[in-house]
Amino acid sequence: MNILVCISNVPDTTSKINFIENDTKFDKNGVQFVINPNDEFGLTKAVWMKESHNANVTVITVGDQSTEATLRKCLAIGADKAIRINCNAKDGFSVAKEITHFCQQEKFDLIICGRESIDYNGGIVPGVIAGILDYNFITNCVNLDIKGNNVEASREIDGGIEILECGLPIVLGAQKGLVEESDLIIPNMRGIMMARQKPLETIEAQNFEPESENKTYHKPEAKKEVKLVKADEVDKLIDLLENEAKVI
Amino acid sequence: MSILVYAESENNDFKKSALEALSYGKALAEKINSSVTCLTINSSDFNELKQHGADKIIDVKHPSLEKFTSKNYAETICQIVNTEDIKTIILSSSANSKYLGSYLSGRLESAFVSNVVEIPSSITPFLVKRTCYTNKAFSTTEIKSEIKIISVSSNSFGIIENSTQPDIKQIDLELENSDLKIKKIDKQTGAVTIADADIVVSGGRGLKGPENWHLIEKLASVLGAATACSKPVSDLGWRPHSEHVGQTGKPVASNLYIAIGISGAIQHLAGINSSKIKVVINNDPEAPFFKAADYGIVGDAFEVVPKLIEKLEKRAK
Repeated sequence: MNILVCISNVPDTTSKINFIENDTKFDKNGVQFVINPNDEFGLTKAVWMKESHNANVTVITVGDQSTEATLRKCLAIGADKAIRINCNAKDGFSVAKEITHFCQQEKFDLIICGRESIDYNGGIVPGVIAGILDYNFITNCVNLDIKGNNVEASREIDGGIEILECGLPIVLGAQKGLVEESDLIIPNMRGIMMARQKPLETIEAQNFEPESENKTYHKPEAKKEVKLVKADEVDKLIDLLENEAKVI
Repeated sequence: MSILVYAESENNDFKKSALEALSYGKALAEKINSSVTCLTINSSDFNELKQHGADKIIDVKHPSLEKFTSKNYAETICQIVNTEDIKTIILSSSANSKYLGSYLSGRLESAFVSNVVEIPSSITPFLVKRTCYTNKAFSTTEIKSEIKIISVSSNSFGIIENSTQPDIKQIDLELENSDLKIKKIDKQTGAVTIADADIVVSGGRGLKGPENWHLIEKLASVLGAATACSKPVSDLGWRPHSEHVGQTGKPVASNLYIAIGISGAIQHLAGINSSKIKVVINNDPEAPFFKAADYGIVGDAFEVVPKLIEKLEKRAK
């Protein structure tokens, strides 16, 4: 089975968010970039399938050379091969088009993306790939079981879980639950050494036009100071919520 | 040219988020002198849509649309986009609508912009404000494609009453058979979901164990609230993943968020940033949550919460 895992290179979840150049660009200074957490849940599942499904796992990202450290980490975790489509990622749509173009040349049975990146939160990439390729598509995926050509997958819905069945090929939007946080693979020295020998190919981009563009950014207004209520005066809290905040 | 709003319904009931999407669509239509075409699928009571700005209702009933699938629902919208000259599509931020939006973006090769919190500040260029960096920031985003798909962030725009007398048009669709089948839906009946809740009561490791969750559930029940939890609590298996709130969990955009025994890691605070009023109850006065909250009590949850429940129960009577 051929699996493609799409990787987004994002600021670490603990990063302080700041903007520069008149609030038009994210300030990368001092920020560590990591595998997008939703993608990492998907990658871990794919690496498990190397053994259970004799799968071949390729990771792909759309980005400049600075994303290669993240791709090497994916190889150290267990991916067999990495591809970087060389261009600056402009929006989710054009990134998805680049990956779709690649998938039209090389066929994959299973394409795994994170359900969304934690920087732009667009949640667009897996849907666009599936929509253009006319593949089955399941996002917010929390369970996956493939037997032969048959897929059984679970999807988190508002207030519950939905179980779906379909055939391959399929595009998934992964999230926590597909594997657990404690299942994430921390590369060991052997993995890191082996990753150096694995292929990391760069291919030239098609440079699809973006359909959207983030013009400026700003941060939410600073919060007013918290109003403290004494532990034995819960009546006062109820009064504030009812008459001042008007939320109960 | 009209604006298409897809009004999601469940058991013939329009979701709050659907009426918010409709209110947004109406406000945008007024701004650009256009009208709102509202799509309903397998629904029969359109009263709510007539009270929230639908200028025209497209009533689709089809056996292949009985259960939501992104493919068939996207195909339905694609056919309407062609026949009704639609250039803007408004969706809610429900799990299904976002699922649908991204797939539709591929089908129509058009931008899908999610988490939008305001009506466009400008039409040419088309600029919308949306949240990004998991609620740690906003961006002003230009949508460049001719067809624009927007999902409105929950509880951001609000529901606005607007009485209309829409024409109702029934249309027939041809849908291909898909090999994707829904086998089972497991859903708690009657419980308020995090996505739809006005109030969310959330517990952290400070509650010491799953056996103490009755406190969270009781408080939520008195307030008509949904229950949620922090990441460590879901990682420890005390509560299901579906309740995990934060950067890798669910975002919360309720009117009131009550955090009990949650210290307030940056990832958790990001996830709840869109909630309007935040209350923290924690015995550690140094907990970072106090910097993000509107109201706080420094105290032992096991003493404060029962008192709170008792007072709220009295108030309800």
